[in-house]
Amino acid sequence: MIKARVTVTLKTGVLDPQGKAIEHALDGLGFAGVGQVRQGKVFDIALDTTDRTRAEAELKDMAAKLLANTVIEDFSVEVL
Amino acid sequence: MKAAVILLPGLNRDRDMIAALTKISGRAPQTVWQTETAIDDDIDLIVIPGGFSYGDYLRCGAIAARMPVMRAVKEKAEQGTRVIGVCNGFQILLEAGLLPGALMRNASLKFVCREVKLEVANASTAFTSGYTKGQIIRCPVAHHDGNYFADPDTLADIEASGQVAFRYTADTNPNGSMNNIAGIVNKSGNVLGMMPHPENLIEPAHGGTDGRALFEAALGLVDA
Repeated sequence: MIKARVTVTLKTGVLDPQGKAIEHALDGLGFAGVGQVRQGKVFDIALDTTDRTRAEAELKDMAAKLLANTVIEDFSVEVL
Repeated sequence: MKAAVILLPGLNRDRDMIAALTKISGRAPQTVWQTETAIDDDIDLIVIPGGFSYGDYLRCGAIAARMPVMRAVKEKAEQGTRVIGVCNGFQILLEAGLLPGALMRNASLKFVCREVKLEVANASTAFTSGYTKGQIIRCPVAHHDGNYFADPDTLADIEASGQVAFRYTADTNPNGSMNNIAGIVNKSGNVLGMMPHPENLIEPAHGGTDGRALFEAALGLVDA
């Protein structure tokens, strides 16, 4: 069994209204010096294999085909 | 022309769409469930209605766009069959790669349910030929993720090739869409995606009939 984490983030230049709202809320809580907040998604995925190289390739495929919308999002894959 | 309406779990504007197509064309459209792998050859217009397919999980339209029926829609679209996606249907067409760009959360972060004004930006598409260029029409919107985004190259490309079919008038843009974009067509002009709901303004009982000409054109009932 391999455990992996896929992280999806918005591309640079894509407006993130939700991140902006979080930024303002942090500011309201008194956290000084928050520059910018960008919201993303994390997927923890368990794969029934021991082949790490293949798992990584498959996870990248999953991310490109479904987990991320590559028009607006980037992704990274981490086999834990 | 014969129409088909795609059905997916979580859509909720399907019956409005079926009623509109039935009233305008004089016959009920075929309905096609998400697990179907083919769409009948005699279908000339495919419509994906609005709603919240798959509860908007992951991203609006993301799961629906990967259902078997969407491969069939893609095949038909490539053969030139007309396709309309309204609201969630627009989101699904973008996620399926049938139209360029993406729809993000509304700039206000709020769900908007109101009437907007649309400018017909291109009146020579198969869907807008019943309007005149620059005509302002009324149309209701109801969505949380209608903020159209495309990277600068894509945006310049769709603008240059006349792919913007409808724009919100500057004072009624409800969601922060780039260039006030409310609806676009693909390069070959046979696929239309739009956030507003023309199916909800097709008879006097709706308070207006501004949406009717869109379906009349798509169904081949007006001279292009």
